[in-house]
Amino acid sequence: MGSKIITFVLGGREVEVMVKPMTTLQAVLRYQLGYTAVKEGCRQGGCGSCTVLVEGEPMMSCLLPVEDVAGMHVTTLEAITPADGLDRVQQAFLEHGAFQCGYCTPGMIVVSKALLGHNPRPTRQEIVDAFAGNICRCTGYEPIIAAVEGAARASASKAAQPG
Amino acid sequence: MSPALNVVGRSVPRSDGIGHVTGRTQFATDHSFPGMLHLKIVRSPVHHARIRRIDLSEAERVPGFVCALTHADVPHNVYTILGLIGVEPEEEFVLAEDRARYKGEPIAAIVAESEEAALDAVARVKLDLEELPAVFDVEEALKPGAPIVTHWGNNTFMYEGHPCRRVRFGDVEEAFARADHIVEGVYNTKPIEQAPIETTGCIAVPEANGRYTVYTNTQAVYFSLDNTSIILQIPGNRLHFVGGTVGGGFGGKVDVIVEPLATLAAMKTNRPVKYAYSRSEEMQVSSTRSAWRIYVKDGVMRDGRIIARKVTSYADSGAYSRQTPYALTKHAANASGPYAIPNVSIDAYCVYTNRVPSSAMRGFGITMASFALEVQMDKIAEVAGLDPWSIRFINAYRDGDIKPHRKVVEDATLIETMQAAAALVGQDLPAEFRAMTSARRSEGGA
Repeated sequence: MGSKIITFVLGGREVEVMVKPMTTLQAVLRYQLGYTAVKEGCRQGGCGSCTVLVEGEPMMSCLLPVEDVAGMHVTTLEAITPADGLDRVQQAFLEHGAFQCGYCTPGMIVVSKALLGHNPRPTRQEIVDAFAGNICRCTGYEPIIAAVEGAARASASKAAQPG
Repeated sequence: MSPALNVVGRSVPRSDGIGHVTGRTQFATDHSFPGMLHLKIVRSPVHHARIRRIDLSEAERVPGFVCALTHADVPHNVYTILGLIGVEPEEEFVLAEDRARYKGEPIAAIVAESEEAALDAVARVKLDLEELPAVFDVEEALKPGAPIVTHWGNNTFMYEGHPCRRVRFGDVEEAFARADHIVEGVYNTKPIEQAPIETTGCIAVPEANGRYTVYTNTQAVYFSLDNTSIILQIPGNRLHFVGGTVGGGFGGKVDVIVEPLATLAAMKTNRPVKYAYSRSEEMQVSSTRSAWRIYVKDGVMRDGRIIARKVTSYADSGAYSRQTPYALTKHAANASGPYAIPNVSIDAYCVYTNRVPSSAMRGFGITMASFALEVQMDKIAEVAGLDPWSIRFINAYRDGDIKPHRKVVEDATLIETMQAAAALVGQDLPAEFRAMTSARRSEGGA
């Protein structure tokens, strides 16, 4: 089967890629576009290290044919990082030591962003549920949960400030 | 705090932290190079087989096929990772020659323009194999008539002419004869996969100056470089290994597996070559923590003192020993536990079977000894009618004690650790244990 041209919006910028059928979004992001914050721990939907946001929802890019995101908004960790400094979730991961090797971290932060986008004050159980598809093998779940709680508190206290 | 200490006692940001939270940290296979080729492995589908013939003809016709490597292409095909520290003999085949000794053993490497083409070509390699009887149990492997795994005729690693690493201290048989209780146990553990989230992998890149830059996620950059230099028979100064960023290792990335073949393929093709495990390879063929069987026999007095301990341990190294001979030496030095026992005998065997090679994983050699010995300590406590705290305080080693392998104990902290643990869990300790210290017996305490 021949290749197709697919267009989607990546981090706010329209991109056009030529792909063979069934090429995954993960392969396009990493190997055609160089977005290597998208990791590849298993390429079978088992680890969550390749998680990106599609229309704001966390999705494992290794299971997603790129044709399925045609015309949609895709956000990777690269687009979450502000031009100046860090996003509050990234800052919270840093402050809580919520990583060791760092390989699961991009997926964890992308999931955290989606969760806090929908639910600014999640309960501990809601945080745990959000990470159901993300594996951290260095056994860092507690600091990761604490980081999300910390990020939620930070934004709540910011919202409470006058002006 | 001393004014000279500006890090101890403080929280210091990690130097790699910003890279990790922004995803800008470059792991080995985040690198990509124009014209990069992909290497995939033809693996033994059975546990033990004679290799009669490797037929590459169909694989060679796959569009995108570039070249295949077999053992004949590897300049120094038989190696031992620990050869660098004098461990002999050389035993592991980079690519199998006449025999495959475990399911998943590399037999040939296929290099292709894309990963898909490499996998397609691998699937089209025809192996003519004669399946042989296999052995999967450490004690079965030592019985007469067992299938022989190694190329030298028995299934144990030899320690200075002995089939096991031995420690002898005092006289265990004499002490067993006068002990009030004999407590015996057998402890089995299974292999454990380290399962890093980033799979083992590297990219070897030929440089204009005749050197090869190898981006790798090895946990042991110089060990890998030196072994690659030996296997490829090229001077180490032609290899530049870029590493140190490891997406989880836990011992699973200490062996030298991907770099030699990727570099050899880069030499043959003069193009960058990537060789990275799939998740399935990481779980199925990368080395694990060894399976162990540990027999413990203790002679115990009525007051809880252990006066003799005999340990016979078998670590299943799988088809090749990798780091396991070293694990057994560490094991033998620690198999009496952190306890002062005057009579000890230890036999620790590194046994070859047709399982996937086992190697390093967190505290290997010691972790499984601790599991066996601490369960055994609880058993002893039960037999002696004591609680689990008492049995450990009574037998805890202290500074100045001699360990069975003749090392003087220094900086012991077992007693203090147990006292702190007791306080944390609200366990009331008797006064004699509260007053105990790890200081030399002559210097203080009970």
